[in-house]
Amino acid sequence: MRAARRTVGWSAANVLVLLWTLFPVWWILALSFKSPAEIGTDGGRLWPRHWTLGNYAGIFRTSEFLHALLNSIGIALIATAIAVSLATMAAYAITRLRFPGKRWFIGLSLLVAMFPQISLVSPLFDIERGIGIFNTWVGLIVPYMTFSLPLGIYILSAFFREMPWELEKAAQMDGATPFQAFIRVIAPLAMPAIVTTAILVFIFCWNDFLFAISLTSTQRARTVPAAIAFFTGSSQFQQPIGSIAAAAVVITIPVVLFVLLFQRRIISGLTAGAVKG
Amino acid sequence: MLAVTAYPIGYAVYLSLRRSDLRFPNAAHFIGFANYTTVLSSPYWWHALGVTLLITVVSVGLELGLGMALALVMHRTIWGRGAVRTAILIPYALVTVVAAFSWAYAWTPGIGYLAALLPGGRAPLTQTWPAIGLIILAEVWKTTPFMALLLLAGLVLVPESLLSAAGIDGASAWQRFRRVTLPLMTPAIVVALLFRSLDAFRIFDNIYIMTGGSHGTGSVSILGYDNLFTALNLGVGSAISVLVFVVAALIAFVFIRFLGAAAPGSTGERDA
Repeated sequence: MRAARRTVGWSAANVLVLLWTLFPVWWILALSFKSPAEIGTDGGRLWPRHWTLGNYAGIFRTSEFLHALLNSIGIALIATAIAVSLATMAAYAITRLRFPGKRWFIGLSLLVAMFPQISLVSPLFDIERGIGIFNTWVGLIVPYMTFSLPLGIYILSAFFREMPWELEKAAQMDGATPFQAFIRVIAPLAMPAIVTTAILVFIFCWNDFLFAISLTSTQRARTVPAAIAFFTGSSQFQQPIGSIAAAAVVITIPVVLFVLLFQRRIISGLTAGAVKG
Repeated sequence: MLAVTAYPIGYAVYLSLRRSDLRFPNAAHFIGFANYTTVLSSPYWWHALGVTLLITVVSVGLELGLGMALALVMHRTIWGRGAVRTAILIPYALVTVVAAFSWAYAWTPGIGYLAALLPGGRAPLTQTWPAIGLIILAEVWKTTPFMALLLLAGLVLVPESLLSAAGIDGASAWQRFRRVTLPLMTPAIVVALLFRSLDAFRIFDNIYIMTGGSHGTGSVSILGYDNLFTALNLGVGSAISVLVFVVAALIAFVFIRFLGAAAPGSTGERDA
């Protein structure tokens, strides 16, 4: 009897959590399937009366959204690739070498990742206009590096601390060169950590809004979050709510896929090193 | 890393000491601390700082409570643990702008399901205090999962044997939580609070989308952005940037020095 009551209690708690987390997502999804006429006249129904794909067709009809989507994908992928490769090397060095101020370096890198972006926006705005990378892919990749690199170093060094480094020595004893030992033994072991870091860094770049609206001025480099904020609707007489909702759903898809496929890894990456000891 | 972060910050300091108005590019010259005097004597700066600190304290406080509840659910629930953990990651990973639009439309009269619940077509996002409340709600929704996961990582380190020993000694569930779990989790809690406070202090996206900073809801980040891109005043904008940086550094310093947050990164060394 008591066990049954506990099961019911926890189930209720679970349902509550699911509702709380998924409801706003459902709302924007429902909004994206309403016709412009329905939005604003239906008193906020959570289930569209007539489902329509019109908003999706609308955003893909002009180049504005497509451009932004390509920019988002390209910039986030390149920034992630560079940040993760550099962070892997740095974290490897930090873990394997002893040098003074090592702890401070890791701590500092995390604090840098947590610092207010606005502090970098004004100088970068001026610098980038000076050297001509304002409103380009590079102009966004560079600032993403300033935050994703320290984040990557921090997460990876937390993972690397727990790697069985003796295996590397064992491989060398068995006649492997240091390079072979790294490629054959260490790299495969480190792969999960690197993938986790890449996902988190990608989410960070994909999410960014402040840099994206500050350091771009046209659709040449503007990413989706920034482009949405400047949406004007598929015709000038129409409120862009439906288009914004549709675009929002499109950029949410990769994020949801990551979460569904890599749930465990994301959690371990987020909490890596944060609470040990 | 130093090159890409330290140099721009240094450059911001340099810019902040100059009169540098983009409408008058030729009139740029060194003016010492005049920009800081302008900012610090402006009621807008103090109002924005107050709003930002209010949002930070209230949202982080709520997140701690809710996050703890979520962490306990994830830790103890009997079935559906995987589903709960997956669902909880959605708000975390969702693009902030998307979440902000979802909340903004929900509260827009005539459009949203939440506004429909309010009496007489009120528009809460156009009134200062209701709007700040709703911004906090959006912020809490988006970031509680992160807090909950950090707390969960601390929660799983609490030895089961201690809890059952306390139970045998007659401690109630609340006493076990209060006297055994909480003290053992303190380091995890302090680290989670540090991360979230720094993150909440730089709030920008939610406010920009939900109110645009109007009706007195702007944070310091919004203020800096407006001075740069609406007023086009690089000098004053940079002074605000530097001040925001200093306040954030102070928050981090207070946590590490006085609340004993183990400087991140140093914690792991001990058990390595």
